[in-house]
Amino acid sequence: MYMTNIETVPGKTIIDCYGVVSGSTVRAKHVGRDIMAGIKNVFGGELRGYTELLNESRDEAIKRMQAQAAELGANAIINVRFSTSSIAAGAAEIYVYGTAVRVG
Amino acid sequence: MLPLLTFLTLLLLGYLSGQWLERRHYRSIIEREQQLQNLPHSNSRDLLLPMQDITRVELLAGSVVISIDYFKRVVAILRSLVGGPVASYETLIDRARREAILRLKQQCPDACQLINIRIETSAIHNAAGNGIGSVELLAYGTAIYGRVQTATTAATASVLAASLQSITH
Repeated sequence: MYMTNIETVPGKTIIDCYGVVSGSTVRAKHVGRDIMAGIKNVFGGELRGYTELLNESRDEAIKRMQAQAAELGANAIINVRFSTSSIAAGAAEIYVYGTAVRVG
Repeated sequence: MLPLLTFLTLLLLGYLSGQWLERRHYRSIIEREQQLQNLPHSNSRDLLLPMQDITRVELLAGSVVISIDYFKRVVAILRSLVGGPVASYETLIDRARREAILRLKQQCPDACQLINIRIETSAIHNAAGNGIGSVELLAYGTAIYGRVQTATTAATASVLAASLQSITH
């Protein structure tokens, strides 16, 4: 599955368009990570636990989007956009969306 | 007396470790930026360099969650009383943004170019939920693999185009 965040797939032409596909995940951080983050909030620095968590969630959201596109018969997703929002303290939503197309 | 003592200890700890971590982080950022400066990248949608053939196109993302230290948070709270620039947050976001772009670039050392880079910021609530505890920076873009059109092929192409134009006219 080709994925780009521009309007085309360079080197390919778009044959068919299937509309917008999206995938999302809502993840909660576990208590251990929250405690560690609390300690880190005193010292500063990177919160590796959160970085990892958000990366995993993003991969999961992308997988869901790809599954939806594959179901429609698409072989590429163009114009992919990411968005992150914290819907409640301790939980984050990762949302990925793009346009499913067939290229050749 | 005890709360004041805890506060001052946290302040000192935050100041020392925060300064140390920031300096170390900036050193590593500058070093890696120099290593990766040969990869052409832009935030425009068009190809930076003309390509002869494209073998692979890939969507990549790099992200980092970074947290502020206790001292900087206190300084920012004090600053918000009088208004004005909050320098302590500026360096935090700057570091995170450069780190996110570096992680994006580190994933495609063999790519010819990296185009349409987009950067997003989102605040992550901390456990207590009081203001900015940490921020997430996400950078994503499209990596293009293949062969860049060399100067000679580009020159031939332009000569061909010129002769074509003269034929049609």
